[in-house]
Amino acid sequence: MEKSLKPRLLIGKPGLDGHDRGAKYVAQILRDAGFEVIYTGIRRSPEQIVDTAIQEDVAAIGLSLLSGAHNVLFGRVLELLRERGAEDVLVFGGGTIPPKDVPRLKEMGVAAVFTPGTPAREIVETIDGLLAQRPAV
Amino acid sequence: MGSTAETAARIATAIDAWNNGPVAKSLAKFPEQRTAFVTASDKKVERLYGPDASIFDDYDRKLGLPGQYPFTRGVQPTMYRGRFWTMRQYAGFATAEESNKRYRYLLEQGTTGLSVAFDLPTQIGYDSDDDMAAGEVGKVGVAIDSLADMETLLEGIPLDKISTSMTINATAAILLAMYIVVGEKQGVAADKLNGTIQNDILKEYIARGTYRFPPKPSLRLISDIFGYCTERVPNWNTISISGYHIREAGSTAAQEIAFTLADAICYVDTAIKAGLKVDDFGPRLAFFFASHSDLFEEVAKFRAARRLYARIMKERFGAANPKSLMLRFHTQTGGVTLTAQQPENNIVRVAIQALAAVLGGTQSLHTNSKDEALALPTEEAVTVALRTQQIIAYESGVTNTVDPLAGSFFVEKLTDELEAEAEALIKQIDERGGVVAAIEQGFIQKQIEQSAYRFGQSIDSGDRVIVGVNRFTSGDEPDIDLFEVPESTTQRQVEKLQRVRQSRDSKKVEAALANITQAAASDANLMPPIIDAVREYATVGEICRALAVVFGEYAESHS
Repeated sequence: MEKSLKPRLLIGKPGLDGHDRGAKYVAQILRDAGFEVIYTGIRRSPEQIVDTAIQEDVAAIGLSLLSGAHNVLFGRVLELLRERGAEDVLVFGGGTIPPKDVPRLKEMGVAAVFTPGTPAREIVETIDGLLAQRPAV
Repeated sequence: MGSTAETAARIATAIDAWNNGPVAKSLAKFPEQRTAFVTASDKKVERLYGPDASIFDDYDRKLGLPGQYPFTRGVQPTMYRGRFWTMRQYAGFATAEESNKRYRYLLEQGTTGLSVAFDLPTQIGYDSDDDMAAGEVGKVGVAIDSLADMETLLEGIPLDKISTSMTINATAAILLAMYIVVGEKQGVAADKLNGTIQNDILKEYIARGTYRFPPKPSLRLISDIFGYCTERVPNWNTISISGYHIREAGSTAAQEIAFTLADAICYVDTAIKAGLKVDDFGPRLAFFFASHSDLFEEVAKFRAARRLYARIMKERFGAANPKSLMLRFHTQTGGVTLTAQQPENNIVRVAIQALAAVLGGTQSLHTNSKDEALALPTEEAVTVALRTQQIIAYESGVTNTVDPLAGSFFVEKLTDELEAEAEALIKQIDERGGVVAAIEQGFIQKQIEQSAYRFGQSIDSGDRVIVGVNRFTSGDEPDIDLFEVPESTTQRQVEKLQRVRQSRDSKKVEAALANITQAAASDANLMPPIIDAVREYATVGEICRALAVVFGEYAESHS
């Protein structure tokens, strides 16, 4: 029953980074928690990720990046969502992200940043909480 | 005195009696901490191991002597008594100028070989001004667009004295071509160059993701490199068949061995089908494994991999040259085992993992730095990582004798088990039509994904303890100084690229690129036209496009 109530999410790997262990793991724990999760696969451009997010009508996009290009590429995804009038899509991220970049990402509009070692439960609860705060569509 | 088999059976009976008698009695009062004990790869571990008669009865087939078939005990007769492993720290960031400075620093500190990290655009074959390179220039390694960058990168480094390992796969032929031309310009002939290119494209489809072309033309490029180097660059290790990234992606130790050797089987097959002789190129094949924190499992893994590879090369491919039968390998400590929390703890993890690599007989070693779960390492962190190797080499005493853990009941048993498990997996891959088919079917990726999921769940449930992460946490983490790639990197690199494009002879570049496309469409070896193009300062991106005209581009299919 609960399954049908949970919104659809997209896990995306922007840029050229091929490390997808974290992305796949997070996709799986979110599925375990009842979300429907679409995983884009690696090496997708911000444009491809936003296209898919809009087509699939997802409530949130999770971006995973370990190459250090997060400031540029997360920013680009947020910018594209605004351009397409889809700024209501929640964006969260994770990967090899130095602590000092986290405030900067949040300022850009990334709702939550999960760095290595974040427990699965905390990820699920945070996303549940953030989605609950949003106005019903 | 009975036979060894009788002795082993007698001891096994005694161990059973001990388990059922005194141990069972003590367990009633003092239960063990867990109901089941497992390795980092989820392999069951017994309370106590006894001798296995086969260590003696089957000694020659299972162990042999160091430097002799099946090389279980090591690939050289004297191992570290003769020479320590090569201490080789993987490094590279921003532009060639900055990376060159880091290499010179590392050499001053006592590293004995270079290991070049390239940025992702270089690895995949996009120039720094390509849209696809946005945000990635100089991030995970150094940006190399043309020969001009390679000249800067290697300035002041004598290529006849230093061996260089380059982590480069899809674009390996191009970067090797640049290295050869820089050598020429330094007055070092190609047959005097020493080094390694990773050049292992299959594991890119499995785990690492820096492919550019589909598998078939990619394998052809690899065969071309084998063929060219056998003739012209004879001391070059033409491939480093890598389990490291497979393990990083979440595989078990046995899967790491199996998938790596399955890749090796495919490369050897491809080269033989291309007309090369196994004993001509076999001696130049090298390997690369991860070392994680489960000390004994890792030591057993290295020993099992050596034995299984020797058997495969001999029995499957009929290799006769002992050098073709030896699995020589580089090791890197496990990146995924580093924690962002309490980063100082990583120094200890790395020390254990490095010790495992040395006890397992590695030929070269990279030790990770404590801060790498957060960023590229600082110079200070890299120095501690290198010192860790030096302490193991000079202070621990483990290098004084060859294969010191041989004969450990536990390590020998684990070695046998890992070998058998890996062999069974290779058989499954054979039955699926080989490794390329198994990749296309998603079989290998799925196996790794499932292991990674199990491992993640064991941490999330608290069943597996990671110090500082799910136990012994300390709340707020103090800030540590992290390395940052300068923000100006992309702009500086793009400006340099534009200067190169303006100053070269564009007619010659175009002709050289056309030759590459033509060679790609024929059976000709691609190395000579790539070397010609590199010499004219054709860029990595241009050369890849010239190849892609014929080869096409690969994209992962995903649901």
